[in-house]
Amino acid sequence: MYTQALDTHGKEPLPEEAAREAHALRFQARVDADEKIEPKDWMPEAYRQTLIRQISQHAHSEIVGMLPEGNWITRAPSLRRKAVLMAKVQDEGGHGMYLYSAAETLGVSREELLEQLLSGAAKYSSIFNYPTLTWADVGAIGWLVDGAAIMNQIPICRCSYGPYARAMVRICKEESFHQRQGFEIMLTLARGSAAQRAMAQDALNRWWWPSIMMFGPSDADSKHTAQSMRWKIKRFSNDELRQKFIDITVPQADFLGLTIPDPELAFDEATQHYRIGAIDWSEFNAVLRGQGPCNRERLEARRRAHEEGRWVREAAAAHAEKERLREAAALKESA
Amino acid sequence: MNSDWPLFEVFVRSRAGLEHKHVGSLHAADARMAIEHARDVYTRRQEGVSLWVVLSSQIIASDPQEADALFEPARDKVYRHPTFYAIPDEVKNL
Repeated sequence: MYTQALDTHGKEPLPEEAAREAHALRFQARVDADEKIEPKDWMPEAYRQTLIRQISQHAHSEIVGMLPEGNWITRAPSLRRKAVLMAKVQDEGGHGMYLYSAAETLGVSREELLEQLLSGAAKYSSIFNYPTLTWADVGAIGWLVDGAAIMNQIPICRCSYGPYARAMVRICKEESFHQRQGFEIMLTLARGSAAQRAMAQDALNRWWWPSIMMFGPSDADSKHTAQSMRWKIKRFSNDELRQKFIDITVPQADFLGLTIPDPELAFDEATQHYRIGAIDWSEFNAVLRGQGPCNRERLEARRRAHEEGRWVREAAAAHAEKERLREAAALKESA
Repeated sequence: MNSDWPLFEVFVRSRAGLEHKHVGSLHAADARMAIEHARDVYTRRQEGVSLWVVLSSQIIASDPQEADALFEPARDKVYRHPTFYAIPDEVKNL
């Protein structure tokens, strides 16, 4: 601030700068008034970049999220479960498509976004770097991971950026099925044989903490929260959402007769909230840095799919071009 | 050079008798593929009975900067609305 004050001392601000400031004030006033910002409206560059980063990370997460569950499609225990799982994985692909489209309205191309994912430059939710070892993991993902995602995503339906908010409305409608089918799998296992109950408990043991960490770093360490709240990209802090998730999920685990893997978990009568033990952020950060159990495998699977699909994309483009030329020639002939 | 397939805007008619409504966009090599992708991306739960796809590059949109000039003239013409006219309560069917 000090150097800036020195720089402009005695000088009128440049006209462009003054115009930008006027735009910025009007922009913030619109956001404060809960007006939606649409693609062609003026917006601060940092707002645009924040949204591109957040929406594309979200899109990548949906796409990579297809992998851990896709792993179980061929081994689903019944035709009903298989049909449901295929529908769910297809939904995740669809969610990725809605979100990439929303990001593209901000002036970034699909190709750039895919390159960022495949090169490893872009982040995606680190939860998908954990393996799905048993069928119960499919249940735990639906119940916990999709449950946490819904908690995160519902407030984004009211995000200040129109295309993102509209994509989120569609996604949230569909996520509810994901969570319920997951809980149903857990319930079936919990009411099954001792071995099935043990499988459900084991899945809960492995997915609980990563799900809790899906809400991101605690508020004190979250570098983007304050600005995103001012821009109404974010409506609640990470810790608020995490607490909400814990409060609704613990009774569900109780209903299943499963034990949350946290010896310090306790209900606080004074605050009417559950208190949890300390979160191991070193694990979260390690997975984020690429040292999770499946980081390499996930990216390799995406790269392989991209490469193996190349000839299809090229053939479709060549076919479309041929048709276009044929139509143009026919038009010329008839003229 | 961007080698993405062209972008299409997708419009869905949710029921016979209703208008097509914009739902989002997608990439496709040609119009036919755009319809097939739109079916998969936007109508997995019986959201529609009819689809329109339009090349995004073909859409001509009004400029937000000109919104005032375009829409302001309608703002002070409340007399275009039926509620502008005070009719005594005794008068029925009006």
